Amino acid sequence: MEFFKRKTSIPFMATRRWSYGISASLIVGSLLLLAVRGLNFGIDFTGGVVIELAFPQSADLEKVRGALASAGYGEASVQSFGTSKDVLVRVLPEEGKDVNQVSQGVLAAIQSYAPAVELRRTEVVGSQVGRELAEKGALAALFTFLMILIYIALRFQVKLGVGSILAALHDPIVVLGFFAATQMTFDLPTLAAMLAVVGYSLNDTVVVFDRIRERFFMTRKDEPAKTIDIAVNETLSRTLMTSVTTLMAVLSLLIFGGDVLKGFATALAIGVVVGTFSSIYVASAIALDLKLTARDLMPAQREKGDVDALP
Amino acid sequence: MHSFPAWKVWLVAIVLLASAVFALPNVFGDAPALQLSRNDRVAAADSDKAAALGILAAKGIPVEASFVAEDRLVLRFHTVEQQLAARDALQEASGRDYLIALSQVPRTPRWLRIVGLKPMSLGLDLRGGVHFLYEVDVAGAVTQLLAGMERDYRTLLRKERIPFAGIRNDGVDAVIVSLRSADDLDRAAAAIRKQDPNLVITTTRAAEGGEIVIRLGPEQIRQRQDFAIQQNITTLRNRVDELGVAEPIVARQGIDRIVVQLPGMQDPNEALRVLGATATLEFRLVDDQNDPLEAERLKRAPLGSRLYQRREGGAVLLKRELIASGEQLVDASSGFSEGQPAVFVKLDARGASEMLETTRANLGRPMAVVFIEKKRLGENQQCQGVRSGSECTEEEVISVATIQGVFSSNFQITGLMAGEARELALLLRAGSLAAPLYIIEQRTVGPSLGQDNIDRGIQALVIGMIGMFIFLIVYYRWFGVIASGVLITNMVMLTALMSMLQATLSLPGIAGIVLTVGMAADANVLIFERIREELRNGMSPHAAINAGFDKAFSAIADSNVTTLIAGIVLFTFGTGPVRGFAVTLCLGIVTSLFTAILGSRSLIHLVWGRRRKLDALPI
Repeated sequence: MEFFKRKTSIPFMATRRWSYGISASLIVGSLLLLAVRGLNFGIDFTGGVVIELAFPQSADLEKVRGALASAGYGEASVQSFGTSKDVLVRVLPEEGKDVNQVSQGVLAAIQSYAPAVELRRTEVVGSQVGRELAEKGALAALFTFLMILIYIALRFQVKLGVGSILAALHDPIVVLGFFAATQMTFDLPTLAAMLAVVGYSLNDTVVVFDRIRERFFMTRKDEPAKTIDIAVNETLSRTLMTSVTTLMAVLSLLIFGGDVLKGFATALAIGVVVGTFSSIYVASAIALDLKLTARDLMPAQREKGDVDALP
Repeated sequence: MHSFPAWKVWLVAIVLLASAVFALPNVFGDAPALQLSRNDRVAAADSDKAAALGILAAKGIPVEASFVAEDRLVLRFHTVEQQLAARDALQEASGRDYLIALSQVPRTPRWLRIVGLKPMSLGLDLRGGVHFLYEVDVAGAVTQLLAGMERDYRTLLRKERIPFAGIRNDGVDAVIVSLRSADDLDRAAAAIRKQDPNLVITTTRAAEGGEIVIRLGPEQIRQRQDFAIQQNITTLRNRVDELGVAEPIVARQGIDRIVVQLPGMQDPNEALRVLGATATLEFRLVDDQNDPLEAERLKRAPLGSRLYQRREGGAVLLKRELIASGEQLVDASSGFSEGQPAVFVKLDARGASEMLETTRANLGRPMAVVFIEKKRLGENQQCQGVRSGSECTEEEVISVATIQGVFSSNFQITGLMAGEARELALLLRAGSLAAPLYIIEQRTVGPSLGQDNIDRGIQALVIGMIGMFIFLIVYYRWFGVIASGVLITNMVMLTALMSMLQATLSLPGIAGIVLTVGMAADANVLIFERIREELRNGMSPHAAINAGFDKAFSAIADSNVTTLIAGIVLFTFGTGPVRGFAVTLCLGIVTSLFTAILGSRSLIHLVWGRRRKLDALPI
């Protein structure tokens, strides 16, 4: 089986105005959502208390809320988690209150309301730890981009490096936009997933770039746009194939991996789809608009020899 | 025929075989077990094993396996009922000699255990347990040091007969001595310098008297902080041992943090009761010259003394001078001395010399032990002691005993009931924290959730892989079969590597494996697409295989390096679960590179490469 029976020759570069339009609206939309609604940060970042409970029967959320309110925790958020028996209680930290005390108080209130309840999980994070994690997370993201930019610039060329970084920035912004739109909890594993998305998206981009480089060496006389088009078309079935296999793994995680991994798997799933789009369209198009020519890739004379020497 | 050196095939075969062996311990699962460690902290030996097995044999409880590992005796059982029955039997027969912990241990067969092969260790989110992150109040440790110096200088200047107006510390890094006469400045400074030449000492002359500022160097502060954390870790370890948890982790994290992980622990409050209260203790002389009732009535203690409350009620006056504090306590245990219940106390060298001097001068007079507990209060909680913000410091005298003889590092406290002696020993041990600790993070995962997480993770992995196999086979036919086989070997290698490195598998770690499996297929896809392309360009099958592998190589390498960079950054910045994800991601990339480039090529070589005539490839 093959996705395409014959060689495709889709004019990706000629139609890049459209793809830019789509990308731009995705990014602007995401940034707007981020600015207006913001992210629903998990307690990993905000600090606070999360308690997961399993009730013997379906839980009456209103009554749980009532029990908590009468114990003085009216601000706690109570949601069902996965099944109707599982309940997630979340309390954000308050100035001057010890989170450990809050966790014990909430637990005591619920246990006096429903003694048979099973404690599945508690997480208590001091707000200062949360701040640190948020800082570290931002730093990690920054470092990832920087290191990858350096690698691509060294291995390929600065223009391709810029293209790939812009494409890679594009993907997590859209993922963030989705999390802002749905208000899904953004926790530490989700952040890890976002950075993995960056790695994945670049993986795709690099394969396309590798082919662009190869094509430029072979057909030095062609228009850059045409050469890039050929390269993107040649790698198209691989790009799609890899996205499908990765998506299968990720969707399996999303469907069967349980609620704890929901944010993680969602971020990956969106990242894979958007990443495929961005590596086909955005990365190469930006390189082209930065006036990438065969000459840019020429200094790597030695590599040209390598390619020619292959059978 | 296409060229592919035979040694590469052999290399792949050997690596795969080794991986299979290393991955093997993971397939046996866990069994309920008991872990016994000796109360006297001597490593468990075969004699202990024989004794325990004898007790169980007498009760008719079958033991699946028994062995000594890491100084503990491990007994494995078939069922949880047998495990619990065995615990009760052992507790009854020899409960005083052993600490008995319930646990789950891998059912690794004997021969694998002997060669040292272990399964991956599971993170708390998969096996259930309690995780605490403590922050040590290192500033508090330095303040304690300053208070000690203040004390020392008081004694020193008295001994040197230098009159002083006052000695105080600034609570940050300096002690300030105010002298009555400026003429004494040099003499006093020299005496202080002689005690510790590393201190930064500045003197200021004033119209009336003078001032000496003794400042700690940065190195001294750092040393003190390290010491405080080390002492806390040691104390926490001892307390954790008292909880009887198998395979606990107590480790330093960063500059001033301590991680405590208690696998299998289900009730965080039980752990907190033992670990939670932050306490120190002090040995002080009782002021028996003045009447504590009088002082209580006047609400004013006489000069040089302070009023304390006794645990059992009533007031007592104690001298301000400190003999020794909890940081100088090495050990405390309860037992019997001449038929009387007693607490045996052991102090370090500094504490011992102070104690020697004090007891020599105060034979027959009473000495008290003060227990100081520091807690953080909730909104409606009352503080019995001194309150500052949400922090409450409670001080009480837990024991007053007469000094019966001159002693230094080892002494005993008698005149107690047996139960009291045990409790005092426990309190003394618990009180020997060098600096206050606060919990800043706490996570508990119930055992049922842990098992659910494992089940769900494995289900997601299996379903994802089956989906991929079907797709790969439909799309690439026989080459898809090869790719599927390669994906399975990739899983085996990853498991082997994780077991070898004893990396901890967490839920995000499983997610990382699922993700790497998805991405591992990519390398094969790149190669196969290239082979198809070359075939389309009219190459012969053998040449197409060669060209496919060779030309795809640079793309595979470059693309994996970028993901590897993301993985390494995650590993560097991440903690806990994120780190687990990063580890599997990075290792997965390494194994997928190996299996795709060498593994699948070897397989293809073995199946098609050796045929002389090959008209078409089933791709």
